[in-house]
Amino acid sequence: MWGIVRQRLGGYSAYYSLQRIGLGHLLNSLKCYSSEAAAAKKMTVREALNSALDEEMSADPKVFLMGEEVGEYQGAYKISKGLLEKYGPERVCDTPITEAGFTGIGVGAAYYGLKPVVEFMTFNFAMQAMDHIINSAAKTNYMSAGQISVPIVFRGPNGAAAGVGAQHSQCYAAWYGSCPGLKVLAPYSSEDTRGLLKAAIRDPDPVIFLENELLYGESFPVSAEAVDSSFCLPIGKAKIEIEGKDVTITAFSKMVGYALKAAEILAKEGISAEVINLCSIRPLDRATINASVRKTNRLVTVEEGYPQHGVGAEICTSVIEESFEYLDAPVERIAGADVPLPYAANLERMALPQVEDVVRAAKRTCYRSV
Amino acid sequence: MALAHVASSTSRSNLLRPISAFVSPNLRRQLSTDDTRTLTIETSVPFTSHRCESPSRSVETTPSELLSFFRDMATMRRMEIAADSLYKAKLIRGFCHLYDGQEAVAVGMEAAITKKDSIITAYRDHCTFLGRGGTLLEVFSELMGRIGGCSKGKGGSMHFYKKDSGFYGGHGIVGAQVPLGCGLAFAQKYKKDGTVTFALYGDGAANQGQLFEALNISALWDLPAILVCENNHYGMGTAEWRAAKSPAYYKRGDYVPGLKVDGMDALAVKQACKFAKEHALKNGPIILEMDTYRYHGHSMSDPGSTYRTRDEISGVRQERDPIERIRKLILSHDLATEKELKDTEKEVRKLVDDAIAQAKESPMPEPHELFTNVYAKGYGVEAFGADRKEVRAVLP
Repeated sequence: MWGIVRQRLGGYSAYYSLQRIGLGHLLNSLKCYSSEAAAAKKMTVREALNSALDEEMSADPKVFLMGEEVGEYQGAYKISKGLLEKYGPERVCDTPITEAGFTGIGVGAAYYGLKPVVEFMTFNFAMQAMDHIINSAAKTNYMSAGQISVPIVFRGPNGAAAGVGAQHSQCYAAWYGSCPGLKVLAPYSSEDTRGLLKAAIRDPDPVIFLENELLYGESFPVSAEAVDSSFCLPIGKAKIEIEGKDVTITAFSKMVGYALKAAEILAKEGISAEVINLCSIRPLDRATINASVRKTNRLVTVEEGYPQHGVGAEICTSVIEESFEYLDAPVERIAGADVPLPYAANLERMALPQVEDVVRAAKRTCYRSV
Repeated sequence: MALAHVASSTSRSNLLRPISAFVSPNLRRQLSTDDTRTLTIETSVPFTSHRCESPSRSVETTPSELLSFFRDMATMRRMEIAADSLYKAKLIRGFCHLYDGQEAVAVGMEAAITKKDSIITAYRDHCTFLGRGGTLLEVFSELMGRIGGCSKGKGGSMHFYKKDSGFYGGHGIVGAQVPLGCGLAFAQKYKKDGTVTFALYGDGAANQGQLFEALNISALWDLPAILVCENNHYGMGTAEWRAAKSPAYYKRGDYVPGLKVDGMDALAVKQACKFAKEHALKNGPIILEMDTYRYHGHSMSDPGSTYRTRDEISGVRQERDPIERIRKLILSHDLATEKELKDTEKEVRKLVDDAIAQAKESPMPEPHELFTNVYAKGYGVEAFGADRKEVRAVLP
């Protein structure tokens, strides 16, 4: 079985070892006899972020962190805990509540050659800084014909939390994902988070790093490699969390967890789902997605954000354009409802994708009545 | 009679022995009579002004006004403390930003204006909503996401509104409410309503660029906009001196006049707001800086003690609590007895408890409410739920 899995991964870079395929899921549900897996430790996403920031700041003195409450408060969500103490106020900068201003300052610092990590308390607040993210950061390398690259990372929680209302819950993956010049990453597990944040900080281009508040406290097993300070994951590569043969389910961030739960439920009904963790919204790993659909012939895309012009819309179109003859059923999109997010618990639940929505859509592609 | 004079004579103890304690009950004035006589009371500290004249320190008030200040602030205080318990019991979800300590700003402002004037604020809005005529039931129902809430449960703590009495919310993004408030003022001038807008913001928001953009336009166009900085000295966990090069927020308008006010003194707030309204109608924008304090942390997720000392918090509570100030005034002027005030507090507590019980009975919104109010006019456009083939609606 491992041999076949390796073969399937032919397209990945050499670094992508066995451990990368849905390690968390495999370890949790199968007995794994690999010695490396036995030594796997657990890490929360919060710890993954903190350790990645710490290591990259340690490795490169040009890396610095700025944002609201990142220093003395130890981080609004405690992501930057201990960093002020370790690196001092020149490298861990508490800003006033002025996103447009401090984002512009961060981009300017990147122009000059520093490597800022700009934290937004949530990406909702980053809308105040949109001009700098798009016009000042994303487009500059192009407009300057390569003279001025912008090695900046914009990171923070994205999407819905729990009952925080319409102005604090939007998912911005689709908006940023449509913009050339940006790289957009959306990790799920602690290992993804560590590897992708380190890659983002080392990357010479502006990277939008979409985290999720509800994942911060979740604990995942991490491989021994992932714990090493040189660990890094490639940008632009999706990860197959579990292999399947009947339907491809794509997801990113918190929705990967939902897709995995849906796959478990579907497995009991004899439907084998292949779950793809996108990891990277831009560049989008169209090759992996299409290869998967060519194998399963069915597609369900899952995202928390709004459906119109969403990430799922792009994935569905890519599959229709490149793998139309392989489709045995219409493509399915599961997304957030087309409304500002309501506060009331029952309405909020209806407005966001649930595991049963993913299961239902997957069954539809298999022509099973629900 | 100057408060300072009275206060110094009883400086040995915090509790003011009411004069009526020495007088037989028959000679004690009833609460309900004589409530229209005017009292003149001095504010705790004089006003500090920037590019304008300060209003007088002597504030005219009546017994009925002072008693209503006490009752309203006690209601607000009790409401916020009850909200704290409800949040810890997980009946309130998401964010919850409490206003206890700042009640004098809401109450003093209302005393100076009408419901035709407009108020807009950020997310620390429960008491402001109550001051504008909202009910406790609407507050608790909204906080618990029930249909009886002022936003039918769809808004939550940060999104209370009451347009029919000039309350425009309830905003989650720091600073956004200020240009919006200037926009309300623009419309008031456009329609020649003779009313003004109070746009409230905190010391954290005071550095937002959009504030200065809106202020510049308001000054150019002489809009009746009053920017009120509720300076509680901490923007979430960041003290004012760490966020602002100049924390003299009443001066930050530069060419726009400003007034610094003791925000813990409801009478000073009333005087300043009255002054500001007259100024704004004649001369355009003015800034009021209310020196105030919040006892709770920034929100229920913030203990509020990692960036402030407990001594500081209890010190303010001891020396400057807005409710205690009014209590002392009422007692020293013999407008009510200690027992009467305590009875008022008991009554308020019961009203709050009753409202909570009633709010708990309020049902959650119906599922179809998911799709209502997306638009004012939807033209029959389709909207989808999470599974677009399972849940779809037509927007009316």
